Amino acid sequence: MSGYKIELKKKDLETLKEVCKSFNNDPGELINVLHKAQSIFGYLPAEVQEVVAEELNIPVAKVYGVVTFYSFFTMKPKGRYPISICTGTACYVRGAEKVLDEFKRILKLEVGETSEDGKFSISCLRCVGACGLAPVVMVGEKTYGRVSPDEVRKIIEEYEDME
Amino acid sequence: MSLVKLTIDGQQVEVEKGTTIYKAAKKLGIDIPVLCYMDLHNMNIENKPGGCRICVVEVEGRRNLAPSCSTNVDEGMVVRTSSMRVINARRTVLEFILSDHPKDCLTCAKSGHCELQDLAVKLGVREIPYQDNAEMSTYKVDYSPSIIREMDKCVMCRRCETMCNDVQTVGALFAINRGFDAVVAPAFEMDLQKSTCTYCGQCVAVCPTGALTEVDNTPNVIRALADPNKKVVVQTAPAVRAALGEEFGMEAGTLVTGQMAAALRRLGFDYVFDTDFAADLTIMEEGTELLGRLNKFLAGDKEVKLPILTSCCPGWVNFFEAQFPDMLEIPSTARSPQQMFGAIAKTYFADKISVKREDLVVVSIMPCVAKKYESERDEFATNGNPDVDFAITTRELAHLIKQSNMDINTLPKEDFDSPMGESTGAGVIFGVTGGVIEAATRTAYEIHTGKTLEKVDFEQLRGLEGIRKAEVDFDGLKLNIGIAHGLGNARKLLEDIRSGKSEFHAIEIMACPGGCIGGGGQPLHHGDSTILKKRAEALYREDKGKAIRKSHENPHIQELYKNFLGEPMSDKAHHLLHTHYDSKKPEIRVKED
Repeated sequence: MSGYKIELKKKDLETLKEVCKSFNNDPGELINVLHKAQSIFGYLPAEVQEVVAEELNIPVAKVYGVVTFYSFFTMKPKGRYPISICTGTACYVRGAEKVLDEFKRILKLEVGETSEDGKFSISCLRCVGACGLAPVVMVGEKTYGRVSPDEVRKIIEEYEDME
Repeated sequence: MSLVKLTIDGQQVEVEKGTTIYKAAKKLGIDIPVLCYMDLHNMNIENKPGGCRICVVEVEGRRNLAPSCSTNVDEGMVVRTSSMRVINARRTVLEFILSDHPKDCLTCAKSGHCELQDLAVKLGVREIPYQDNAEMSTYKVDYSPSIIREMDKCVMCRRCETMCNDVQTVGALFAINRGFDAVVAPAFEMDLQKSTCTYCGQCVAVCPTGALTEVDNTPNVIRALADPNKKVVVQTAPAVRAALGEEFGMEAGTLVTGQMAAALRRLGFDYVFDTDFAADLTIMEEGTELLGRLNKFLAGDKEVKLPILTSCCPGWVNFFEAQFPDMLEIPSTARSPQQMFGAIAKTYFADKISVKREDLVVVSIMPCVAKKYESERDEFATNGNPDVDFAITTRELAHLIKQSNMDINTLPKEDFDSPMGESTGAGVIFGVTGGVIEAATRTAYEIHTGKTLEKVDFEQLRGLEGIRKAEVDFDGLKLNIGIAHGLGNARKLLEDIRSGKSEFHAIEIMACPGGCIGGGGQPLHHGDSTILKKRAEALYREDKGKAIRKSHENPHIQELYKNFLGEPMSDKAHHLLHTHYDSKKPEIRVKED
């Protein structure tokens, strides 16, 4: 048992403390706090989890337990254009896996990885509630429905000229 | 409270509403096998995630089998705990668990004490199907000074998580990931050594398998004993004598002090000493420190830190270093008896027998796994040579004795050696919650009042209640004393101190429920408070039987001060018998933007 050090930028630390405070530093709001923190930082590095634990007065092991339990939370920075492929039941049976494979092949990335230029990342999520459009792909906030593997390249190309 | 009638295996039983099927069956003497379930009835804590499915039973009218540990009884329920369907399902569940479990039972540290192994025996598992192409969990083995985590052997019962979070509030272990990847681990899967773990060992004490075990120091002890160039000294903590017998089939609460001394002598230790001697020494130092602070306080000193907190328990020291770094000045600076013993053995005693420090090996027998870490702390070594070389648990000692073809049942009773084997009744009760503060009170009373204490039994300080308060009258001066055992209870008292609400002058804290008698290195008691009670009674019995029952009256302690240490709290005593504390809390450093 020994102390260790973590580092965080002053500005980020303050933002994070504000987030916790906006939920009254209530341990019961852990998931909401993490949700908000991830929307600000893009991911939940160890430093962020340490501060959340400290502010909500709960063990950091518990925060980490929650972060690793929910597939929505990530400890790796996502790309500027995070690609999420729904692999919920409806999307899965309508060919989501083939769509996913095509993204992986073209971008040469595995699920959970981010491209070296920080532009794209691939993740899977479970059911976005748009089963009628299965299989569903999201890039950032934009939704693509009834995606077939041949359309994957076209979707990627939409973002290639962007920063 | 309304009662519910039901039938289990053809027998009628009436239980309170809200009772589980498992407990109702128990009332009938039907012992449904469990794995993840754990009942710490003396702490009102039950671990029943209902996840392992070993305890399933058939409930008439229900389509699916029900986990009996977490299914409540209903009026008129008809339950079968051993039908063909139940037995087959139970065995299948176990076979699934075993399909992702290492098959190294022959060499596993838990072999013979493993609940998973016992289940395989009970359910008659003769082969393990589902092995071909089955995925196996693999984790790096995590070695710390006290505890080894071998999570390939984890069955996700989460008992350790309950102990670490609900009972101890240490928060070092938590379930992480999900599905097949789920496991119990420290934050970020860091090594236990880097986490907030206090090494109290309560997780080890409840782990059903070999996933959590103590570091085995017995090979080092055997090697030291075999070395003709070493003199090997052993000290035994108070709580060991009240529990060691259980490892040899004796009734809980059987005192085996004499047989234990005999066993240690036969194992080849050159000097068989007693940590109780050092407990008496602790009282001299800690009691003096308490009176010193108290007198300053009474003289109107506003700076003085009160309450004073005991510091004998290494799990507790680790706890406040990690979780209350703002309060490091409150605990007594007195080292624990184990470390006082080591410091005196390697100076005073080594000189006495003309042996060099390097050639003297100090082994301690402890009810505790945190003592292993404590003995390795840098501040308890001189030129790299530790004051205590090896700490082993009560369980490890039992193993050493068995390995040497001895049985505590058939050994004669022998005495400890002199001088460091001589102790008082006050030293003995260090092993039970409330004992340290009672011992301190006996001595502090006489020093403070100058009068002889006629009645040495302070019944108001005894018992197994988690947090206790008592007032002791020091001839007009009313002392408020607090006692907590179990770190969750300790936390409550500490938070009161932090917020300025505490009215205590002195507080005794023990990390393990029950004190050292319930330590993480003791024979497993599975949360059974009747066992703890019997161990406590045994120590009070030994105290009563002692000719001398006040630490300051121990003639060998008096001699030690006269010939070596001078006064309590002298410079020499400070150097050898006191310590300091450091924050172990993770530090959040801020980078300038």
